[in-house]
Amino acid sequence: MDRDSGTGELAERKRPIRVLVAKPGLDGHDRGAKVMARAFRDAGFEVIYTGLFQTPEMIANAALQEDVDVVGLSILSGAHMSLFPPIMDALREVGRDDALVVAGGTIPAEDIPALEALGVSKVFGPGTPLQDAVSYIRDNAPVRTDTP
Amino acid sequence: MRNSPARPGLSERVLSGDRRALARVLTYIENDDPIGEAALERLFPHTGHAHLIGITGPPGGGKSTLVNELIRAWREQDAKVAVIAIDPSSPLTGGATLGDRIRMQEWHADPGVFIRSMASRRFGGGLARNVLALAHAFDAAGFDPVVIETVGTGQDEIAIASLAMTTLLVQVPGTGDGVQTLKAGSLEVGDILVVTKGDRPEAGELTRDLRNLRHVGMAAGVDQSGWQAPVVKTSAVRQEGIGQLIDAIGKHRAWLDESGELDMRNRQIITTDITTRVQDALARQLQGPDSGDATLRALVDAVAARRLTPHRAAADVLARLNRR
Repeated sequence: MDRDSGTGELAERKRPIRVLVAKPGLDGHDRGAKVMARAFRDAGFEVIYTGLFQTPEMIANAALQEDVDVVGLSILSGAHMSLFPPIMDALREVGRDDALVVAGGTIPAEDIPALEALGVSKVFGPGTPLQDAVSYIRDNAPVRTDTP
Repeated sequence: MRNSPARPGLSERVLSGDRRALARVLTYIENDDPIGEAALERLFPHTGHAHLIGITGPPGGGKSTLVNELIRAWREQDAKVAVIAIDPSSPLTGGATLGDRIRMQEWHADPGVFIRSMASRRFGGGLARNVLALAHAFDAAGFDPVVIETVGTGQDEIAIASLAMTTLLVQVPGTGDGVQTLKAGSLEVGDILVVTKGDRPEAGELTRDLRNLRHVGMAAGVDQSGWQAPVVKTSAVRQEGIGQLIDAIGKHRAWLDESGELDMRNRQIITTDITTRVQDALARQLQGPDSGDATLRALVDAVAARRLTPHRAAADVLARLNRR
């Protein structure tokens, strides 16, 4: 069998990482999100792609129903400082603040500490190689345990 | 830790309507995790109520859009709807882009709707290996109907019909001439044929062709179940045909109940599920990286050197398994 017979981490680690790729905000630029989705797919992740114009509630409910390990957000509008607080609140509301939240797009370095304080695990600024994001997710996707 | 020993287990939480617990159970089941198997043991006695509906058809044929329209109609009747939407996994990397949800986003905040995307993980037939087990979890959680949307399929993917009680086969106008409707294959397994994109000019002709052929099949006695597969033309943009489709699904369900066919189909679904699991387990036993089966390798060598036919090799493997 291709799984660990115990209850623990090995079985968890062997399954594909599930990532929600969403594009919050009102601008219609989804190229970044699509590139991100493609890179994650090529890395062997299972990507749930919800596309443009995602509200915080849509992101949170998709994260809940799809039980993703990672929420990847692409932001190109410059509105990240106002978009992130309600997204993090909505994730907490549905009990999905355990997901790893990463962001990419046009986010200037000086805004990163404030976003990290909100609970965004990692911000990939302009020009970050996609492979860095892939490696970061592989290394940091949360492992979980439950009782049946 | 999120879960202390005093906290109820996942399956209890699923039965009490906890969506977070349901989402996690689906993950564990999908991954053959022992936690999922244990949860399913507890959930399974609570299943057997949901109407399992399969939707299949070509890629881009409007399946997800159709499901979205069906959800709207079912929500008006206050039904709790679950959707399992399957998309293909990459044969190269194992990764997948699951995008069916995009067409169903308006229900994101509705507690009566739960949409779950599933990667095929190269299972074949337009399905994913544990899709029926996921449907059981939804069934136990009180969802009815449970819709399974297959990977976009071609002419011959009929596996969904052996998993679902009612199979909707989507046909798209303008994708071939009338000869396509004459061919054998998936057309024959639809309990209801749905012509999508009914606003297109070719939709009327396709609908007529399908209806005419159905009558020929009935007259020839090919289909002896007693159910006449209706042909329903729908248009999401014009909001047409969904009421008729809901009626057709309801009629099929009533016919299943009255004719005794439901019990037969259920037994068929269970038989398929058990045999598929056995086949799968055997295949993995034989091919698994840790199987270390030197005998299999020796047989492969013999076949590769054309000293043995594959048939003989397979018979040899079976004989060994039987002796165990």
